[in-house]
Amino acid sequence: MTTVSMTVNGKAVTKDIEPRMLLSTFLRDELGLTGTHVGCDTSQCGCCVVHVDGDSVKACTALAVQCEGSQVTTIEGLATNGTLHPMQEAFRDNHGLQCGFCTTGMIMSSVDLVKKAKEQGVTLDEHYVRDGLQGNICRCTGYHNIVKAVLAGAQSM
Amino acid sequence: MATNGIGSAVKRKEDLRFITGSGRYTDDINVAKQAYACFVRSPHAHATIGTIDKSAAEAMPGVIGVFTGEDVAADGLGGLICGWMVKSKDGSPMKAGPHPILAHGKARYVGDHVAVVVAETYEQARDAAEAIVVDYTPLPAIADVARSHDSGVPIHDDIANNLVYDWEIGDKAATDSAFANAAHVTKVEIVNNRLVPNAMEPRAAIGHYEFGTDSFTLYTTSQNPHVARLVISAFVGIAPEHKLTVIAPDVGGGFGSKIFIYAEECVALWASRKLRRPVKWTADRTEAFLSDAHGRDHVSVAEMAMDQDGHFLALRVNTKANMGAYLSTFASCIPTYLYATLLAGQYKTPAIYCDVQAYYTNTAPVDAYRGAGRPEATYLLETLVEECAREMKLDPAEIRRRNFIPKDAFPYQTPVALQYDTGDYEICMEKALELADYAGFPARRQQSEAKGKLRGVGFSAYIEACGIAPSAVIGSLGAGVGLWESAKVRFSHTGKVQVLTGTHSHGQGHETTFAQVVAEKLGVAYEDVDVIHGDTSKTTVGMGTYGSRSLAVGGEALVKACDKIVAKGKKIAAHLLEAAEADIVFKDGSFSVAGTDKAKSIGEIVFAALVPHNYPAGLEPGMEETAYYDPANFTYPSGVYICELEVDPDSGVTEIQRFTAVDDFGNVVNPMIVEGQVHGGLAQGIGQALLENAVYDESGQLLSASYMDYAMPRADDLPSFVVHTTAGTACTHNSLGVKGCGEAGAIGSPPAVMNAIADAIGTRVSMPATPEKVWRAIQQSKNLARAAE
Amino acid sequence: MYAFGYHRPGSVADAVKLLADNPDAKLLAGGQTFIPTLKQRLAQPSDVIDLGGIPDLQTIRAEGDRLVIGAMVKHAAVAKDSTVRSMIPALAAMAGDIGDVQVRNRGTIGGSVSNNDPAADYPGAVVALGATVTTDRRTIAGEDFFTGMFETALEEGEILTSIAFPKPIAAAYEKFRNPASRYAMVGVFVAKLPSGVRVAVTGAGPCVFRLPDFEAALASNFSASAIENLTVDASGLNSDIHASADYRAHLVKVVAKRALAKAK
Repeated sequence: MTTVSMTVNGKAVTKDIEPRMLLSTFLRDELGLTGTHVGCDTSQCGCCVVHVDGDSVKACTALAVQCEGSQVTTIEGLATNGTLHPMQEAFRDNHGLQCGFCTTGMIMSSVDLVKKAKEQGVTLDEHYVRDGLQGNICRCTGYHNIVKAVLAGAQSM
Repeated sequence: MATNGIGSAVKRKEDLRFITGSGRYTDDINVAKQAYACFVRSPHAHATIGTIDKSAAEAMPGVIGVFTGEDVAADGLGGLICGWMVKSKDGSPMKAGPHPILAHGKARYVGDHVAVVVAETYEQARDAAEAIVVDYTPLPAIADVARSHDSGVPIHDDIANNLVYDWEIGDKAATDSAFANAAHVTKVEIVNNRLVPNAMEPRAAIGHYEFGTDSFTLYTTSQNPHVARLVISAFVGIAPEHKLTVIAPDVGGGFGSKIFIYAEECVALWASRKLRRPVKWTADRTEAFLSDAHGRDHVSVAEMAMDQDGHFLALRVNTKANMGAYLSTFASCIPTYLYATLLAGQYKTPAIYCDVQAYYTNTAPVDAYRGAGRPEATYLLETLVEECAREMKLDPAEIRRRNFIPKDAFPYQTPVALQYDTGDYEICMEKALELADYAGFPARRQQSEAKGKLRGVGFSAYIEACGIAPSAVIGSLGAGVGLWESAKVRFSHTGKVQVLTGTHSHGQGHETTFAQVVAEKLGVAYEDVDVIHGDTSKTTVGMGTYGSRSLAVGGEALVKACDKIVAKGKKIAAHLLEAAEADIVFKDGSFSVAGTDKAKSIGEIVFAALVPHNYPAGLEPGMEETAYYDPANFTYPSGVYICELEVDPDSGVTEIQRFTAVDDFGNVVNPMIVEGQVHGGLAQGIGQALLENAVYDESGQLLSASYMDYAMPRADDLPSFVVHTTAGTACTHNSLGVKGCGEAGAIGSPPAVMNAIADAIGTRVSMPATPEKVWRAIQQSKNLARAAE
Repeated sequence: MYAFGYHRPGSVADAVKLLADNPDAKLLAGGQTFIPTLKQRLAQPSDVIDLGGIPDLQTIRAEGDRLVIGAMVKHAAVAKDSTVRSMIPALAAMAGDIGDVQVRNRGTIGGSVSNNDPAADYPGAVVALGATVTTDRRTIAGEDFFTGMFETALEEGEILTSIAFPKPIAAAYEKFRNPASRYAMVGVFVAKLPSGVRVAVTGAGPCVFRLPDFEAALASNFSASAIENLTVDASGLNSDIHASADYRAHLVKVVAKRALAKAK
């Protein structure tokens, strides 16, 4: 067992865990943050995307021990003081989700995509959004409304 | 129209929990003292199982139990069943091999569930599963349905040639005679590629036996928890039905694959009783690829007989359907009653004959996947029709128009059993041509050619049959269940409404749509309606969600329950308003006396029913009504899809430029949700056409067993879609006038894409149209052209 | 995954010592290939040595006409780094198109190069640009570094620390993605250097390789038209359910032409 400490959604947490525990397992099983989903075992689907130190990462492809000292934000930490993040609102307003399983990772990826685009002065368009969401698979929506949602969410971010 | 009632694009009630990560999927649930299961799966496509040495595994840290097929047999359990008896041409029943929940004696496909380990943690269970030594003797295997019959590989005892059934429909003599007299016959060979459904949530289950009450709870990723309860109790025999609760909480997509009753959930429940511990199992994606029921996998020959003007005279089809190693829950009806009955399509073809041979192979079981039989029928027919157009030198829109069932011909009896109640195919075609700017296509093709690209346009005019019914008819055709649906409407003192439905929502948005129906029918606020589903201990018995049935069948049951509420409300209103019951009119949530301003709101009536201080004598208190609805017929959505695409001849890459979908779903309750359903279906259909393929090698190994090799459509593979859901022609036999929209996109789109590719490159390739296939086809055409010069 | 011990050294020297003391240990860089491998139980290291705590490995710097990138620099950092973008824009563009956003936010140049996945992008850049690989004990010419499928010149216990890329006159990378995995099914890196033209192909074969006849033709005319009449030999190329060797050979030329068209 190894001790790991990190800040998750603004709260400091310390746990004794096996080194082989993935960040996704740590969030789900140790912290009960089940909004981070696991949809594949080859790091392709993106259902598990969270932010680590400000970057979107696949929580199934990081060991929890690697995140020692990191700031981690999960879908549960995206809303602030009970106010939904504009991207969450945009997904609802644009019917950018159906079964909801990929949605949490999709929203976390979208937030990072828009944030980085704005930092780099990139103009967001449909092509950019589709390209930037390659790491998130959705089986329900055909992406049509996800793209709409991300563009709408970007407007209010 | 009520606020947020029928026809309103109201935002979904379910979304708040999903966008905040507070959905509750099966793997999110943890039961105190739960243990974890890991399955030992066969690495061989076909092998006898000798001794299984569990001793090393049993001694490993955390291991609580290890079970094999012998333990299952020793407990006298039954097995998984196929719930639809299809009979062969000669009247003999289909041949169903046994399907135990842990393989016994033999493994029949890679991934077959051979043993299970239950341990304190998942990793411990997996560690121990690797320590189990199974004495396999590999046997020859067959994966290819076209060769199964003659393979000499007997998969089940006493089932000759692996033939499950040899079934037929239609008038063979009339069809053959029409062919004999035809001016022209067009023939195509069609392979419908095998797909893996890939709901994003992998299957999972928690079996929980409670000794004190001798009761069982199964949390599972199911589209139809009541059917799971029925099969697990009546056929597998793990728990009596009244002591078993099946809960399908939030379910992350199904697309058919979660209709079926699977071995793993049964094992989790059975092991829980044996070990007196809750047992949790969650599939990883590799297990999902290996063991979820796959879809499609047909090999067919289709011929159309025509007169000199391209009028269809007769259609003749032979199909070989892959069933996999065992018959899954509804496998047998997919390539028969959900396939061949759709072969008339939108056309008035007078004679049709189809025969289907279903075969076992050493592959994962094949069952319903989004569309289930109807995509196979549509792909076959619409490919054939487009080839007919090319051979007859007719515009693809024109040959379809020539053969459409005219709108004044409904109800229309097809030669393959179905009777279409309504439709207007011409109007969908016109709208699609307009939205796709078909007239502008030649100019766009020229522009593409100037860039060195090949541009093509392809059509598909699909028919669908949704809401499979009526029970008496499907029963006569071999169905083991009735396909009615139920709904309960329950008012509380404060006028709030709970709706309990036997359907199950796993992305479709029933919590929203059903609330809209209640708001419309009862005039209550949409916000005051809560829809409950997926828990057999709470909801009315139901048959679940698949086949685009939920609104057309479950929604109509809900309407009938609302009607009963109104009927009872009228009695109470008559009493309170001192009027005759016949004079009470109900509208927009108000019971009034006709021709007067005397009225009571539904809230007041409900309160009177629950606090019956002043109440009609002899009338039961309470305001809670249940209705069951068994439809008179299928519903028949239809539509016309047009795909326009560009092919890069250098690489063979296809890029869809414009995809137009015009659908007639009858009346629409929530257009936002309906369009979303179409988008998702289109993505799956386009995925089948361009990307997805489940590939087994000769030895029966699944080569495409992860997202590294199975090409899932991603955001950058697809365009935005042009979708038009016309008000259309209302279904004539349900009061909502709705038809069903969940599968249309996946049914209609593959032939549109493939016809467009054929148009672009001048030759046909099989699905999926990978860049290499397309490039090779272009090279071959060039070589042929050169040879001809 | 199997259980293992975990170490997070603070210096290369400590990492080398840990590796020497634990012969069955494996190094963890960004983990974007290694962690999936562990999850599938395809590797069973006794210990995992995480290089994420070594600041020395995380720098990008210009040394005259050479660009030196530390082994633990992430793809996303290479993609947006202003020094990389000004000195070798083709390298920044290539790094910005590896995998997906999340892979680029964790995956590292050192991990990618040390792993030498036949479908990885970086080996193409290292070979085409004539880069030099530095380890804890020596330097190795990029040309000599990649020795076979998932095999490199790294010895037991040796740790890649940085890679130095000479600034090219013009360069570009183009790839044709595997439709499922999104890895390079064919990737071609073209570079015009003071020392000559180099064309390196990744994804198509078991290991990155150069195309001498393309390079010869491009020496006098660094444009797509120069290779118009050349063909690529399919023998030895990969063949799988996504693409045959013949098709890959064809794609090499198609992709090379696209790279040449955008090289600058």
